[in-house]
Amino acid sequence: MPQEHRLILKHADQPGYTPDIECYIRHGGYEALRKALATPGRDLPDGKKMSSREVIRDEVLKSGLRGRGGAGFSAGLKWSFVDRRSGKPIYLICNADESEPGTFKDRQILHKDPHQLVEGMIISCWANDVKLAYIYIRGEMPHGARLLNKALDEARAKGFLGKNILGSGADLEIHVHRGAGAYICGEETGLIESLEGKRPYPRIKPPYFPAVLGLYMCPTIVNNVETLCHVRHIVNMGGAEYAKLGTPNNTGTRIISLSGDVRKPGYFEVEVGKVTLGEVIYNESFGGGLKPGRTLKAIIPGGSSSKVLKAGEKFKLRKKGADGQMVAVDTDLLDLPYDFDSLQQAGTMSGSGAVIVMDDTREIVDVLANVSEFYAHESCGQCTPCREGALWMSKALHRMTTGGGRSQDADYLLHIAQNIQGRTICAFGEAAAWPVLSFVKKFKDDFVARGKADEEARAKGMIPTAHH
Amino acid sequence: MSFSVPAKLEAQLDELTTHYPQKRSASLMFLHALQEHFGYVSPEAVDWTAGKLGLQPINVQELVTFYPMFRQTPLGKTQVKVCRTLSCALAGSDALRKHFVEKLGLDAHKHGAQTTADGKFTVEFVECLASCGTAPVVMVNDDLVEKCTAADCDRILSRGR
Repeated sequence: MPQEHRLILKHADQPGYTPDIECYIRHGGYEALRKALATPGRDLPDGKKMSSREVIRDEVLKSGLRGRGGAGFSAGLKWSFVDRRSGKPIYLICNADESEPGTFKDRQILHKDPHQLVEGMIISCWANDVKLAYIYIRGEMPHGARLLNKALDEARAKGFLGKNILGSGADLEIHVHRGAGAYICGEETGLIESLEGKRPYPRIKPPYFPAVLGLYMCPTIVNNVETLCHVRHIVNMGGAEYAKLGTPNNTGTRIISLSGDVRKPGYFEVEVGKVTLGEVIYNESFGGGLKPGRTLKAIIPGGSSSKVLKAGEKFKLRKKGADGQMVAVDTDLLDLPYDFDSLQQAGTMSGSGAVIVMDDTREIVDVLANVSEFYAHESCGQCTPCREGALWMSKALHRMTTGGGRSQDADYLLHIAQNIQGRTICAFGEAAAWPVLSFVKKFKDDFVARGKADEEARAKGMIPTAHH
Repeated sequence: MSFSVPAKLEAQLDELTTHYPQKRSASLMFLHALQEHFGYVSPEAVDWTAGKLGLQPINVQELVTFYPMFRQTPLGKTQVKVCRTLSCALAGSDALRKHFVEKLGLDAHKHGAQTTADGKFTVEFVECLASCGTAPVVMVNDDLVEKCTAADCDRILSRGR
């Protein structure tokens, strides 16, 4: 039976484990930092020398760690893009603006084990010559912000932060910065604008890649909370050893947030790709299945902006066959390994690791109306297709849930969504469009039937038409 | 009443300003602190912040109007934020909001934040509070109430009266 593999959350829920530094140190805390600072340089076969900082960056690259915030991009590659020759300071920002609907993993780390994040950040900053870093925490986590400030004070008092960290000669300061309720601040360039004291309007890329032109137009690394915590374990284990966890190209562990219509919602840390989507939902170690008498209708596999999966769907997954050739293997929805690549092959994404389950009691039109209202509210308003389109979709869906549906609404929604995706500065446009595109395409009968039923009811005078 | 920021708070904010290479970055933290102290962000607080950070008032005002957590009018002493996003909606957040609103004699059909006439409560729907595994959730001032039930709602109401 598949089990959790707790690396990040190893101690978080143990009885008596507290978020203070003494407890963290008793459990081996800050040993990875000492190890990183003492890492020797490496002589390369071509006669060149790798500095100890470069060695840590190389270990992170070798570990195969992929960003846990949503995009799943290689953390080591992201670090390698940093412009180290500009002469400008390099900044690091921890993205703790956890807001993707369905996601509640960073909350566990921030509230139960804040020092793990702080240690991961200090190592990451040291490896990247960063002297000033920020934790951008969402405004709705005031206790988390207090805990982090306390953790930073404790780390400073122990010499892990500040001037000349543990006698290494390296300096680092980390500050906590609170957001104020805007989802778009999770987008890294929007976050940077927000940290600069502005409205969080995402920046256009190119030219504003954070690795080159980030915070204050300086090279900047933005990493998710969970990603930075993994750095600590990569240093402890070594990149190659860490890469043995999980599956090839989907290494390590990750925390899955499970919610919706399951018996046991919660968060589970598993080796990436070692557990299937079906096991996440049905296994007793995880979701424990649906409520009695219910059947599965749909799964949102990676936060509400990921494309929905419909019960019974089948996919062709590319896998390496016995002879080493790639072959297409028929795979049922519930047999999809929960990893970055398999979900991408299934036409969706594992995103922030948030799985939301819907059973047969749910009206799909109502579900999409809820999701679309979120995106209409959270669009920053910078790009017209997103600002207007997200609102149109939400209004149309609201109308459909209040008796004003029309049989052509399904196509109307698809038309709007198709005109948003790819036409905006940031990926929010896709985040708003993808749920609509996937829900309406996969459940088109539900949308058409709702529209027709409303039309018939209005024709019979059962629903007043005036306000439509 | 003239606007005045206590010396202790001003000193805290001056210290905050040193966290950033550019003072403007401190704007959000200023607004959080001022809202915590005064209960909302008044036009005077906007002007004061702009003055402290070397900005035009519009640079600060545009933050107040953008970020959902900042308020331009005083709110109730007990602020109730009911999460309305998907996982909480599936777990019955609509009924929770209705429960609060009806018990407080507010208008269930009205959108946005509503404050009771006695200034004791503000109730509103907010977007995802990142605690979907314990849905439905409600924030009461700084505290998160998980797996919130009608009985929890009544407790929150009786405590705030």
